[in-house]
Amino acid sequence: MRAKHLNPKLFDADIEQMSTRDGFGEGLREAGEKDPRVVALCADLTESTRMNMFAEAFPERFVQVGVAEQNMSGVASGMAAMGKVPFMASYAMFSPGRNWEQIRTTIVYNNRNVKIVGSHAGVSVGPDGATHQAIEDIALTRVLPNMVVLTPCDALEAKKATLAAAEYDGPVYIRLAREKTSVVTTEVSPFEIGKAEVYLTPDSGEQKVGIIACGTLLHNALLAGKRLNNEGIGASVMNLATIKPLDEDAVLAFAKEHQALITVEEHQIAGGMGSAITEFLSERHPMKITRIGVRDQFGQSGEPAELIAHYGMDVDNICEAAKRGVVV
Amino acid sequence: MSSLSDEDVRALETRANAIRQSVIEMLVAAGSGHTAGPLDMADVLTLLYFHVLLHQPSEPDWPGRDRVILSNGHICPALYATLAHAGYFPKEELLTLRKFGSRLQGHPHREALPGLETTSGPLGSGLSQAVGMALAERMDNPYSGRYFYCLMSDGELQEGQSWEACMLGGKERLHNLIAIIDRNGIQIDGYMQDVMPLEPLREKFEAFNWDVQEVDGHNFEALNDAIGKAQAVYGQPSIIIAHTIPSKGVDVFERDFRWHGNPPGKGPEDRVPREKQAEEALRRLRTLAGAIMASDHS
Repeated sequence: MRAKHLNPKLFDADIEQMSTRDGFGEGLREAGEKDPRVVALCADLTESTRMNMFAEAFPERFVQVGVAEQNMSGVASGMAAMGKVPFMASYAMFSPGRNWEQIRTTIVYNNRNVKIVGSHAGVSVGPDGATHQAIEDIALTRVLPNMVVLTPCDALEAKKATLAAAEYDGPVYIRLAREKTSVVTTEVSPFEIGKAEVYLTPDSGEQKVGIIACGTLLHNALLAGKRLNNEGIGASVMNLATIKPLDEDAVLAFAKEHQALITVEEHQIAGGMGSAITEFLSERHPMKITRIGVRDQFGQSGEPAELIAHYGMDVDNICEAAKRGVVV
Repeated sequence: MSSLSDEDVRALETRANAIRQSVIEMLVAAGSGHTAGPLDMADVLTLLYFHVLLHQPSEPDWPGRDRVILSNGHICPALYATLAHAGYFPKEELLTLRKFGSRLQGHPHREALPGLETTSGPLGSGLSQAVGMALAERMDNPYSGRYFYCLMSDGELQEGQSWEACMLGGKERLHNLIAIIDRNGIQIDGYMQDVMPLEPLREKFEAFNWDVQEVDGHNFEALNDAIGKAQAVYGQPSIIIAHTIPSKGVDVFERDFRWHGNPPGKGPEDRVPREKQAEEALRRLRTLAGAIMASDHS
């Protein structure tokens, strides 16, 4: 089994833990240092979204709009019209949840260079419960023409994604999580908008199952990949950090190398990353695909790990799906 | 910007009338679209584009320009006609409104047509964008003397987002922001007083720390004075509530809310049969133009 560009402690219990929102906070502050056009807007969640790092460094470039996500979208669009590079942050449930039409018409159709940052995505928000657990945001954003949808897998990738979004000219959605999660990549792991990376491949023999994961569940996918390989089922793992535009060449090549695919995301299976993969492959390379994600339910209060297990997204679930999908 | 001479007023009235005639011709050619708002905002648009604005129609992206953000996108026939009359694009193109392949989309799309500052249609979004532009301008060029004019309908003040934007504009004390409200008192479903009243409106904006003026939206001198005063207000954004008559200029359409979303030929038949609505509208506007020319302004 070969793992490239990954934390040497990937399979250790003491792997470093850091949230993707922390990576975003660092990335935004660095983007602000690099480019004076970068401004930040927040809807009363400055510390929660880690935008406080930017706000403290550049108070004159930070706009506090209050609890008003719809207005924030329009204000960001207007600032972009004047040449700014606005990052607007809230919880994913409220942005792009509550303000979806404003994002669609005022930012994306209007083609304004605004970066939408949705933190606290997924059921792993935990105790706050279903009202605050956005598991629809990938669907909401990827349906928009010309939108870029980024789902960084860890804090380091979130920082790189933020810096890349600042340099990219056009609307971008960045999906973040609240919880501290394993730092699976390293400082030198490659990140490029629109590029998927295969992080794990079997040493030898047939590659039977391919796992495509996005966001912080990549770690579960890698743990599942390791267990499957140890059990003699050749498994590979791809990190799909950009859901839109889809890296079609990489996904197609990956699909052709495997008997079956598993997609893993902390999102409704309807409309999310797995849907994007099945839509694409059903036209280009029909094959057996199992989607791991929330199956047409709302979340609930609980601890992140127990919620991930309850909704069928833990390592066991991925391994079971893989075994069901392949002829051993 | 300067005060208006009688000659200026006459020229503006004539121009606004020509823009109204274009609006009627466009709506008839399109076979759909809104009539009341475009007709009643023709005077405000004419004053802005032919007297107030710093702009260069031959160079729509000129960085030094004032910005007009049309929030109630459905009155775009009047904005399109005004832009064409001002020289942004050929007037012949006006008759392509709402047609396949046209730059004149049914609701304005910024990237389709030079001179548009934003894409709009879904109501309540424009003031937020104007606030964002005015904020960005203050960050970069606090003394530029440029203004951001947001044109809004009264109906869209029923959208919560409008008041979110008001809150931020007041908090940020954006003196370079001037919103002009088309207070025609109608919306699709009826008279606003019945559907969802706004009054007391002036007091609402004052409560959000905006400077508020109310004017006759068809009186060029009053409008011009109000814009001049709004420009002079410091430390507050400004609202000008322009009281207008729906479908102004075509007396047989005026004041009837049913003209909000119908073009001539498809409007209410009480006063003019449908087959005569287009012809009658143009005849009345042309007659009115004659009346204006003959009237004594000196």
